Amino acid sequence: MDDLIVRNVSRMIIPFIQLYGLFVIFHGHISPGGGFPGGAILGASIVLYTLAFGAEKGHQKMPHSISKWLESGAIIFYMLIGMVGIFTGYVFLTNKAAGFYMGEVGVVFSGGFIPMITLAIGIKVGSTMITLFHTMIDEEEEH
Amino acid sequence: MKKFIMFTALGGLLIIMISSYMQMPPMGNVENPSYNEVAVYYLDEALEDTHAPNVVADIIMDYRALDTLGEATVLFTSIAAVLTILVGKDPKLGEEDSHHG
Repeated sequence: MDDLIVRNVSRMIIPFIQLYGLFVIFHGHISPGGGFPGGAILGASIVLYTLAFGAEKGHQKMPHSISKWLESGAIIFYMLIGMVGIFTGYVFLTNKAAGFYMGEVGVVFSGGFIPMITLAIGIKVGSTMITLFHTMIDEEEEH
Repeated sequence: MKKFIMFTALGGLLIIMISSYMQMPPMGNVENPSYNEVAVYYLDEALEDTHAPNVVADIIMDYRALDTLGEATVLFTSIAAVLTILVGKDPKLGEEDSHHG
């Protein structure tokens, strides 16, 4: 879609969408939201970029080599956080007893591993959306 | 004959579904089996256990974190399947290349 208005409006609006997605992810344990909706918002911003600027520029913005590592790395990070519970003598994915920093109630850096897991889920969902969309766009252009 | 068997099976399933639906307790009733001490425990102790005020996030990220890991694995499996179907190379072409090479 090569349209001047669409390109300029999306260029202006994409940073705000990404900021909102990061806000939803990082405040997942304080306010409504969390990893799944926040990651979907982040992925939707890149999807909008690809729709407005074309598949080639979208690939430059988010190459498949990076989104592949983000996808696998997020879930490995999740499992490593769970392993901390085992190595400190408790069960898989133990939060408070395993010695994570609990902090004060209502602050962003609090709640043990909940923000870290939310961040991992957000990265995972966002990169999955982007990879699926880019793959399907490529498939359409080949035919 | 095939249609008759199919309609009998589907009708039987429909009767089972409706009869089990009639047995369900009314929605929002205090006596429901889903409203037990677990829900009360979550609402009372979640703030103390996790120091995070969003009880839904506490449940899905802390108490039921293993289920969320499974959910992330579902995403991983789905994208692996889609990539296999959409961008997987035809194995016959590779075989031909190796024969020639």
